[in-house]
Amino acid sequence: MLAAAHAAASTDFFLVYLANIIMQVQLNTIHKQFGSLVANDEISVLFEPGRIYGLLGENGAGKSTLMKILSGYQRPDRGEILLGGAPQHFASPRQALAAGVGMLYQEPLDVPVFTVLENYLLGRAAGGESPRQAARALEALAQRYGFDIDPHEHTSELSMGERQQLELLRLLAGGAQVLILDEPTTGISAEQKDILFASMRTLAREEGKTLILVSHKLDEVQELCDYAFVLRKGRLVGGLPLPCPNQQLVSLMFDELAPRPARRQLGQHAPALSLQSVQVHTGRLELEPVSLQLQAGQVLGLAGLEGSGQELLLRACAGLLPLSGGSLLLGGESQPDWNYPLARQHGVAYLAAGRLEEGLVAGLTLTEHMALVSHTHGLLVDWPQNRKLAEQHISTYQVVGQPESYIENLSGGNQQRFLFAMLPQNLKLILMEHPTRGLDIRSTDWIWEQLDQRRAQGTAILFVSADLDEIAARSDQIAVFSGGRLLRSLPAAETSADELGHLIGGAL
Amino acid sequence: MDSTQLIAIFGSILLQSAPLIIAVCGETISERAGVINLSMDGSLLLSALAGFVAALLSGSLLLGFVAAAAVGAVFALIVAFGSLHLRQNQVAIGFVLAMLGDSLSAFLGQSYTRMPGPSVPAWHIPVLKDIPVLGPIFFRQDAVVYFALLLVAVTWWFLFRTRAGLELRSAGERPEAAFTRGVAVRKLRYLYAVLGGALVGIAGAAYSLDVKIGWAEGHTRGMGWIALAIVIFGGWSPVRGALGAVLFGATKALATVLQRSFPQVALVAFNAVPWLLMIVVLLLVSGKLAAPLLARAPATWRRAPAAWRRTLRGLLQAAPPAALGQPLDEQ
Repeated sequence: MLAAAHAAASTDFFLVYLANIIMQVQLNTIHKQFGSLVANDEISVLFEPGRIYGLLGENGAGKSTLMKILSGYQRPDRGEILLGGAPQHFASPRQALAAGVGMLYQEPLDVPVFTVLENYLLGRAAGGESPRQAARALEALAQRYGFDIDPHEHTSELSMGERQQLELLRLLAGGAQVLILDEPTTGISAEQKDILFASMRTLAREEGKTLILVSHKLDEVQELCDYAFVLRKGRLVGGLPLPCPNQQLVSLMFDELAPRPARRQLGQHAPALSLQSVQVHTGRLELEPVSLQLQAGQVLGLAGLEGSGQELLLRACAGLLPLSGGSLLLGGESQPDWNYPLARQHGVAYLAAGRLEEGLVAGLTLTEHMALVSHTHGLLVDWPQNRKLAEQHISTYQVVGQPESYIENLSGGNQQRFLFAMLPQNLKLILMEHPTRGLDIRSTDWIWEQLDQRRAQGTAILFVSADLDEIAARSDQIAVFSGGRLLRSLPAAETSADELGHLIGGAL
Repeated sequence: MDSTQLIAIFGSILLQSAPLIIAVCGETISERAGVINLSMDGSLLLSALAGFVAALLSGSLLLGFVAAAAVGAVFALIVAFGSLHLRQNQVAIGFVLAMLGDSLSAFLGQSYTRMPGPSVPAWHIPVLKDIPVLGPIFFRQDAVVYFALLLVAVTWWFLFRTRAGLELRSAGERPEAAFTRGVAVRKLRYLYAVLGGALVGIAGAAYSLDVKIGWAEGHTRGMGWIALAIVIFGGWSPVRGALGAVLFGATKALATVLQRSFPQVALVAFNAVPWLLMIVVLLLVSGKLAAPLLARAPATWRRAPAAWRRTLRGLLQAAPPAALGQPLDEQ
């Protein structure tokens, strides 16, 4: 009797042991080079099953490259991938998934015009499964992880978080034992983040899967992960069991650490922008009357889930959308026929989230950009002068690039720096959409330092961000939007990112 | 005009539209996979000539259609190779090929102009042909018409109901996502571009061997561009495209009738009627106008079940395949 139980226990133990062996992921001296840039420099790491790993690093540290190699999207120049001790050579993401490695990309790689079910079916091996059976399987799987997904909904109608859940389910149904999640919390609500994290814990603790979270948000990594690997400039610089003091991780991620300077209160008692019962209507969303005040030198952060109306308000302030009601006052003066050219004349600048779509011109060099914004009306362009200007801006704003570089070849952070460089001096108001999206901590701090300097000169700032920490830390005043209306306006000192997270979900 | 005449007119509209329907299905397949085959006008001309000559010399209609399909496939292959392999602009290649096909057909067809040749015989379907009204319109036609009608159904079914169709559409909508999921995007694009081209070729032969029998310089000139417009008009759906082709044929017939009734108005004015109608319908179906219309729909409608709304939205709105004409960099 006892012996039988013992035997059963040891079989269990053996099975667990076997499972561990099978799902262990080992990367050995992975090396990948793009031109002269070494993205991964002889990186060796080991991921054990049943655990959640954080992969940390600055922008360009090589996190994405390493994960793309592991998920079969790119091939390493040297080095090997071992799954359960067996060497793998993935020629495509499909092969990687067949071997059990699935990756969830930051922007879900699905087909927006397809229905949820069609996206789920695409790429699944034809197994004689009828669409109805597949829909049932999908719903059952969704339920298991606490997701709520209608298989017949169009994917374009889903929120970012739901699209992510769909991708996750698809990977799981495809047999993923190792799941890589690349910045999964960008652009999803606090509630969806909780659901996602809960499902990740289930996957690791109960189902013994290996999870790798690529992120630069330390708090999330601390909250969720058991262990963190840190990459810096293409090299693995260390690993730490979590939780640990943030300071330790930060010191691994960056050479030196500049402490964030305390926020200065720069509000001056001169009105910069005043909105009185402003309404904006578009085909999709109607923004209910909004009244807000902004003093010179103040920062007003607009928080809310994507599409809650805060972007509409920002665009209306920039004169890019017509007001359908209410009035807008700039510096105390009423502006009945507000439009973008007028806004520019009045010292209002607008920085769109799509840097290459709306802010910069892909295909033009930095010098050509300078020429484009210089307001000289001659027939010919003074190229040497503009080149000199570009050089000046490159050094003042610490842009990594040459006057002859094409703008699209710069990294996101450098594009944003150059956008700031092109802003005219002495602005009354700067309007920004996601000013630091996709930038690392250092570039983010740098950009806000630049903004602080402008604030000291009396420039007011109105910005939209999906990063609640950023809104809580950088604003004087915060306006929270939900479902097309201004839910609350509160001083930043009286709130926190956590509280904002609950507010934007619609909770009062 | 009595009902027999009207039925005869409808039957003739359907016959006249048949080649256009085939060409529209072919181009829809190609564009859904992400390849714009702009050479259609030229390849229609050249394949019409090839079909006629092959059938004339061999005495076999089937061989005529095969030759025409081959010409259409080769044109599509050139577009596909140029864009998928050589990474050149699809629009530019297609446009040049359209010119080339036109000139080449005029040159090669010189000695076959206005010759009597073989034609597709009528083939009335037993039993069905005796259904009142529908029988004479749909079932007293010939193999080309039946093929065109069947092709619409099969294309729709293939695109929207089969796994292969799902993969085809994914290649045209979001090739990077398709690639990630193991779809051989480039291979599929080649396959469906060539298949679509072959259908365009068959449409060419349908003109020269059935609808507009024989060959003359510029025999089908303009029909390729019309088919391209109808693909857009049909929102990249074979069913709507076929309806568009028939509507186009009907408005042309209407123009003829109107011309007879109002002889004081110039013929060219009536020739513009189909185009005007197409612009109006395009405005109605393009998302920009459809969205506000849907938003202003009565409240009862807005409470309709989500499934109905989705269906209506699908019927009214149409957007081109998102990656139409864009190359994919695999790896």
